[in-house]
Amino acid sequence: MILADSQQRRTAPRANWLRLHASAVFAFLYLPIAVLILYSFNGQGVGGFPPHHLTLDWYRILFADGAIWDAVLNSLQVALAAMIISLALGIPAALALDRVQFPGKALFRRLVLLPLILPGIITGLSLLMLFNLTSVKLSLLTIALGHGTALISVAATEVFAGLQKLDRAQEEASLDLGANYWQTFWRVTVPNLKLPIIGAALLIFTLSMDEIAVSFFLIGRDNTLPLEIWGRLRRGITPEINAVSTIIFVFSLLTIVFWYRLRLRSQGTPDVGMELLDPSDGTSTQATKP
Amino acid sequence: MFSRAYKTAVTVPPLAWVAVFLLFPYALMFCYSFWSVTPAQTIVHSWNFNNYKELLQKSVYWQTLLRSMWIAARVMLFSLLLGYPLAYFLSFYAGKRKDLLYQMVIIPLWVSYLVRAYAWKTILGSDGVLNTLLQYVHLTSHPLDFLLYSPFAVALTLTHIYTPFTILPIYASLEHISRNLVEASHDLGATPAQTFWKVIFPLSIPGVVAGATFAFLLSLGDFLAPLLLGGPSGIMISNIVVSLFGAAYNWPLGAAISLGMLVIVVSLLFFSERLEKKWSFS
Repeated sequence: MILADSQQRRTAPRANWLRLHASAVFAFLYLPIAVLILYSFNGQGVGGFPPHHLTLDWYRILFADGAIWDAVLNSLQVALAAMIISLALGIPAALALDRVQFPGKALFRRLVLLPLILPGIITGLSLLMLFNLTSVKLSLLTIALGHGTALISVAATEVFAGLQKLDRAQEEASLDLGANYWQTFWRVTVPNLKLPIIGAALLIFTLSMDEIAVSFFLIGRDNTLPLEIWGRLRRGITPEINAVSTIIFVFSLLTIVFWYRLRLRSQGTPDVGMELLDPSDGTSTQATKP
Repeated sequence: MFSRAYKTAVTVPPLAWVAVFLLFPYALMFCYSFWSVTPAQTIVHSWNFNNYKELLQKSVYWQTLLRSMWIAARVMLFSLLLGYPLAYFLSFYAGKRKDLLYQMVIIPLWVSYLVRAYAWKTILGSDGVLNTLLQYVHLTSHPLDFLLYSPFAVALTLTHIYTPFTILPIYASLEHISRNLVEASHDLGATPAQTFWKVIFPLSIPGVVAGATFAFLLSLGDFLAPLLLGGPSGIMISNIVVSLFGAAYNWPLGAAISLGMLVIVVSLLFFSERLEKKWSFS
């Protein structure tokens, strides 16, 4: 006991230092977000301290801005298509990595995961060369193909982690009782992987909505939201950008809350995306990008 | 337990897709880097090493690559210095607030990369939030114009963006450390500092390596933060590639640089994986 007390006394100043450091880091992480939101209500533009004339005008301008909403719609379409592509290929990829031995398996795993850590510019440019060679016209479809391909990694990693915890006896029982593989997949495998699949879908959707480096090279005539914002930033900045960013931030928070409510129902599931960043699973260095 | 047909059905589609949309495009990039472009701006499929020769001869490419690596190294260092103590605090001292604080690390990741870079621009600009604040409290009379459009602004913004990416793997590896080991170390008479440096830190090295790799590699290839905040002195290697694929129209040379980046990324991944394996005791 005496030892424990002295331990505590000696670690107390360290805990205080760490607490101070943690507060400073959180301040650093949240300062730009706070500034962003605050100045979306600032009548006098994006600079200037203190903020003056708090107003909702920028939100009114934003809601009347057709180009922004077209871009939002485009981004939603791209994100939805990317989500379908990545899940349609990522789930089988995870099953293959979990259950099939084939030549080049290690290379395949690395290749699938590579776009997550590779600078977006390389993924974007190599696909641009492919579309150029095959004379495919650049459009929202090429962006969706790019996002979908890059984000197979997310679907595969999340689902693979789910498969590791799955009890194979259930699938075996289903097969023994006369269900075919297709039925077993839909009625046993997928329901058991519901949470990783939903988690992957949310993550893919959000990452695609925000992606800009790959889209930058695959853009056709129609802008996605990040590219629309990018174009405006180059022309000069107004709090309208802050307003649209604030709205997206609120939606992202709602997505997180939705995810946690789902997760609460099955305790012990790690956070979505955590598999991508956990060094202990051996896939860590090929991880993710916001 | 799984039939041949099942195995084929789950293996062939992803393999085919990856071959067409990942492997082939990388191979294409490799081919492009040996081609050339005529003054009339058509790409000639004649194989030669001219692009690589040009990269080795002109110092602008080397200098920009070195600057990019220097910026990425700073981002890596700052992210670790900010991230490690925070992850350590979360894992060992946060108590009941652990979950909440952990979520607070994740939330900034959900704010668009572009938007956060833009937010820093509005903070650092000459009539931005910071400068007007400094003048408001009479710390300066003129705006400080070295804040924005400098390698410093790029490194600061990238540090802000990638710090959560270093915190999460470090936190994960700290969480994996068995608390019995820490208690045993205390019981055997080690001071807290000894316990940290001899038990906790070595066991967290895989997380540190993973976090450092993320921060370095993700910043190395960035071209948007330099365009937005870097100014002429903050240009990074990807900005050269962007211009070669745009106005300068020299795809083969751009492909050669990209391929160089690809080689750097893959070899660093290889080394960091080795390092992680070496330090994981499980």
